[in-house]
Order: sequence, then C-alpha cells, then structure tokens
Amino acid sequence: MAITAFLTDSTLCIGCKACEVACKEWNAVGEDGLDWSGFSYDNTGAVGAETWRHVKFVEQTAEPGFGGNSPEMNSWSFSSDVCKHCENAGCLEACPTGSIVRTEFGGVFVQPDICNGCGYCVVSCPFGVIERNEQDGRAFKCTFCYDRQKVGLKPACAKACPTESIKFGEIEELRRDAESRLAQLKDRGMEDVEFYDASDSSVGGTHAMFIVRGDPRQYNLPPNPVVPTAYLKKAWRGSAIGALMLLGGAVAAFLADGDRR
Amino acid sequence: MSTNIKPAGEGARPTQQHPTQQHPTQEHPTQQTRELRLAEIRREAESSGKVVGKGVRPGGAPFPQASPETGYYGIPLLKEPSWTWEIPLYFFVGGAAGAAAVVGSVASYTGADRKLVRDARWIAAAGSVISPALLVSDLGKPARFLNMLRVFKPQSAMSVGVWTLVGFSGGAAAAAFAQVLTDRYGPSFPVRVMEQAGQAASLLFGLPFSNYTGVLIGATAVPAWNENAADLPIHFGMSGLSAAVGLLELMGNHKSRALGALGLGAALFECWEGLKIETRQAPALEPLKHGTSGTLTRAGGLLSGPLPVALRIAGLLSGSHSLRKAAAVSSVAGSLLTRIAWVYAGHVSARDWRVPLGIGKGV
Repeated sequence: MAITAFLTDSTLCIGCKACEVACKEWNAVGEDGLDWSGFSYDNTGAVGAETWRHVKFVEQTAEPGFGGNSPEMNSWSFSSDVCKHCENAGCLEACPTGSIVRTEFGGVFVQPDICNGCGYCVVSCPFGVIERNEQDGRAFKCTFCYDRQKVGLKPACAKACPTESIKFGEIEELRRDAESRLAQLKDRGMEDVEFYDASDSSVGGTHAMFIVRGDPRQYNLPPNPVVPTAYLKKAWRGSAIGALMLLGGAVAAFLADGDRR
Repeated sequence: MSTNIKPAGEGARPTQQHPTQQHPTQEHPTQQTRELRLAEIRREAESSGKVVGKGVRPGGAPFPQASPETGYYGIPLLKEPSWTWEIPLYFFVGGAAGAAAVVGSVASYTGADRKLVRDARWIAAAGSVISPALLVSDLGKPARFLNMLRVFKPQSAMSVGVWTLVGFSGGAAAAAFAQVLTDRYGPSFPVRVMEQAGQAASLLFGLPFSNYTGVLIGATAVPAWNENAADLPIHFGMSGLSAAVGLLELMGNHKSRALGALGLGAALFECWEGLKIETRQAPALEPLKHGTSGTLTRAGGLLSGPLPVALRIAGLLSGSHSLRKAAAVSSVAGSLLTRIAWVYAGHVSARDWRVPLGIGKGV
C-alpha cells in the first residue's frame, strides 16, 4: 500500500474554504459555532473536534509587485491547516485504549467505536489538533479520509480544492514536488517561502506538509514540536526515585521508631 | 465625498500587543459612548459630507495580528485539557491511597501498631473504590471504561496507570476485606493468605500508583507540565505521602513517631520543590508563578511545605497534639490544592501560544 500525504501549498490557496466544506460534508462533521472572531476574516480559528480542515488567513504587510496589490493594501496568505498525521504521533502513543491506530496509508486514525473519551490524546498532541467533542464525549480529528483512501479515492478536501493548493499523493513524490515548487517560487522572486514538515524534530516528519510564505510561526506551526513520549524516560525515572523515597522513608521511619508492638 | 474618519489609535495597522482574543479588554470609552460618537459622526457626514474630529476606537482594539512575534492572532496552538473536576481530585485520592498502602504495608511488616495498619488499609481501600469512580466519571463515554483494559501500552502513561490502578485496587480491597473478615470471625488461614497477598499487591502497585500521575501529566505537550517531567512524579509522590500521613494522624494515629517523621520529611521535600519552582526561570513555568494559577500553586505549596513544617516542629518542641493535627489538616488541604493548581496551570499553559512557538518569554 502506498504511503500517502498531503502537501498544502499556501501560495496557491485562495481561501475559498471548499476544503472545509467538503470535509464537513463527506465526514458529516458538526457545526462549530457561528461566532465572529472580530479581528480577522477567519472566524473558525483553529482545527478541532468539529473542524478537521481549517483555512488560516494570515494578513501580511503591503507588498507591491505580488498579485497586483496596491501599495496601501495588506496582502493575504491563506493556508489550509489539517491534522499533521505525525510519523511519531503523540496522540497515538498516548491513547490507552488502542483506539488511535496507524493506517496502511501512514495516516493516524481514531477508531470511533473504541475511543472512550479519556482525553489523554488532547494534551499529547504538540499541534493542538485532536479534541474531545463535549456533546459526544469522544475525541475527533481528521481521518485522512481513510474510507475514501480504502477505495482508491482522494481525501475530500484535496478533491474539492479548486487550485490544487491541497495536493494528495505518495509521500516521497510529494516531497519531490515540494522541492521543485520551492525552487520555482524562489526563481520567481518569492524568497520567503518555507517548507514545513517537522522532519527535523522528535515528531519525525508529518504526513501533512506545508509550503508557507514567511515564518511558519505566524501560521501556528511550531518550530520544534516535541512528541510527548520524549519526556517519558525522565518522568519514569522520577517516578522510580519517588517510589524509592517513599519506600525507603517508610522503612526507615518504622524501623527507627522503637514504639512498636 | 471626502471623509476624515480615522481610528483614534496609532493608524490603520494595529499595533502589536498582547492579543485579546480570549478576554477582550474592557476599555474606555465604553460601548455606549462609542455608539453615541458613531451617531454623531453619521449625522455630521450626512449634513456636511465631511467629518472633523476623532473617530471611535473599536472594542477589543488593538487587534491581534498574525506575525512571527504574535503567532496566529494569538490563538492558542495547543488544546486545553478536556478533563473535568474529577481528574485533580483523582490525582489527590490516588496519591493519598497509594502512599497509605505503602505506609500501612511497611508498618505491618515492621510490626507497628495494628490500628495504624488497619487505618492505612481503610484509606487505601477507600481510594481503590473512589479512584476508578472518578476516572470513569471523567470519561466522555463512561460505559467504555473497560476499553482501557483491551491493551497494555508501556509508552502510554495512562495505560500503565490504569493497569496499576487495577492491581492496586484489587490488592487494597482484598487486604481491607480480609481485615473485615478477621475482625468479625477471627483469624483463619485462607483469610490470612488473602490479607498477605492483598497487602503485598497494594505495596507493589501502591508505589507507582502514588506518583504515576506526575508521569501522566509530565509526558504531555503542555509546557508547564513537560518542563517539570522529571520532578512531577517525585513531587506528586511526596504530596501523596503528606496527605496519607495527615489522614492517618487525623484518624487517631497522631502519637506515632514514625508518622511524624514521614510527615516532616514529606513537608520538607515540598518546601524544596517549591523553592525549585520559584527559583528556576523558564517561560513554561510562568503559569506556576503568576495569575490565579500562580496564586493557587503558591497557596498549595505553603500548605504542603512551610506551614506543616513549622507546625510539626512547634508540635515536637511543645508536645502539643493539636499543633500536630493542624499540620495534618494543612498537609491534606495542601496536597489537594497542589493537584488542583497543577491542573489549572496546565490549562493556562496550553492557552499560551508563545512557549510552543518559541516566542518571547511567555505570559
């Protein structure tokens, strides 16, 4: 089975949110509040239990020369965010029920019939993706359209994207595509493009890769995501020390105490 | 028609400030005066086609921005824990019960006062009933609790913890049940076997059970927690010991010198832990020092560390039982408050996008 991935190219995204809509329709994802954020045209904010694709609207300073902007107008970058489907996935490692599994396509999938809503995956995701749906009780996130991939279809978001900003395909192929796309953009004078796949962090790379303009941090993409299992060694060492202190203390205290029967 | 409406702020581009997405700041002028001024501007524009004077500053301004300094409009990168009130309470109950089982078992093996052993068994047994109840009640799908037991995953602190809880609960309940049987029907061989097996299991599982919750929250993506991954288990273990000792003392074991020494030791360790947190400087530790979460952490620390230390020493010098009991009350309250504070600080920490994005110094 081919290992697949998303490559989301923000330089091609027009912010139409067709991916969000297609995702919600195909996966029957619920409504997530109809509030205005009040400070940008992004009123959704972030991916979560009821938002598996989310288009970020990053306003940038005036930039004459790109896209025919007037010098006074701010320019916009859009980037469709999604579960990163990490190579070392914090949620998958943390899940105590084995509900979260790695699929044959390399994605990270939450089996809804097993999840019992313990919420440990929520605090274990370094990208803040997976979330408990408080009405339903279980945790939800992007399924990588496992059902569609099973029958050889593209994920709904990639299918719906009108500009091919969301590319879907074999991961190595997409990496090469990303490389040539970056070279192409830089060749055209767009010097600030960055490729993001967290492959140099403990997450070990993602199956959702991004091409963004400017610092990835303004897209809430952390420069050094850490898979929480990286802390396990020192935490369990602490636990062992704590247990020894407790046992040793108790033994010493009761042995030293002569007031026994 | 030329209008001259400009925001009263610095210009069209919002300034970079602490984004106020979560809690829009209340500012002056108020909503009402803004509306009045808007009506004035409309009237002026209608009559003269031109507006002189200042415009209004919209509520919530200056607006957050997406930038390398402010992240994505200051919208939190991480998700807050979805755990409800049961979880900090579970940390407290589990810690106290685990430590009580260890203290009780060791007391039993070293031939200490039977009352102390028995009381410790009751605490452990109560914990073995209350802990799973709290855990189940926090689940999004409580009916699926048993799904926790379909796998064992050493890389998941929660999986290890649940299995530890199962072992501990079985042992503690068996030891307490054997105690009941012995008290009612006198000693018999099968009951003694159950008692010894239960006691051994509650000791074996009680050791990790008293502090694994520190591993549980230490190995997460929440910065305030994972920054302390190495210390949290020890801290939680000693906090559990404080609570267990305090409860045992309040149950009438306030004359045990061994308990007094354990209580003093645990409280001294909590002082050390508090000093460590206060003196270390890291952006991830800010929620433990500032705001409501900081106040809670410090209050929990004072009740767990310096106050019981002072009361215990004063009690030792004066021989006053009431001072020692006050120390016990303080330790139990401090232990509970400490767990609440840590969970609360985790919420605050998860909302701070700056630490995971590596921006600035944190909130």
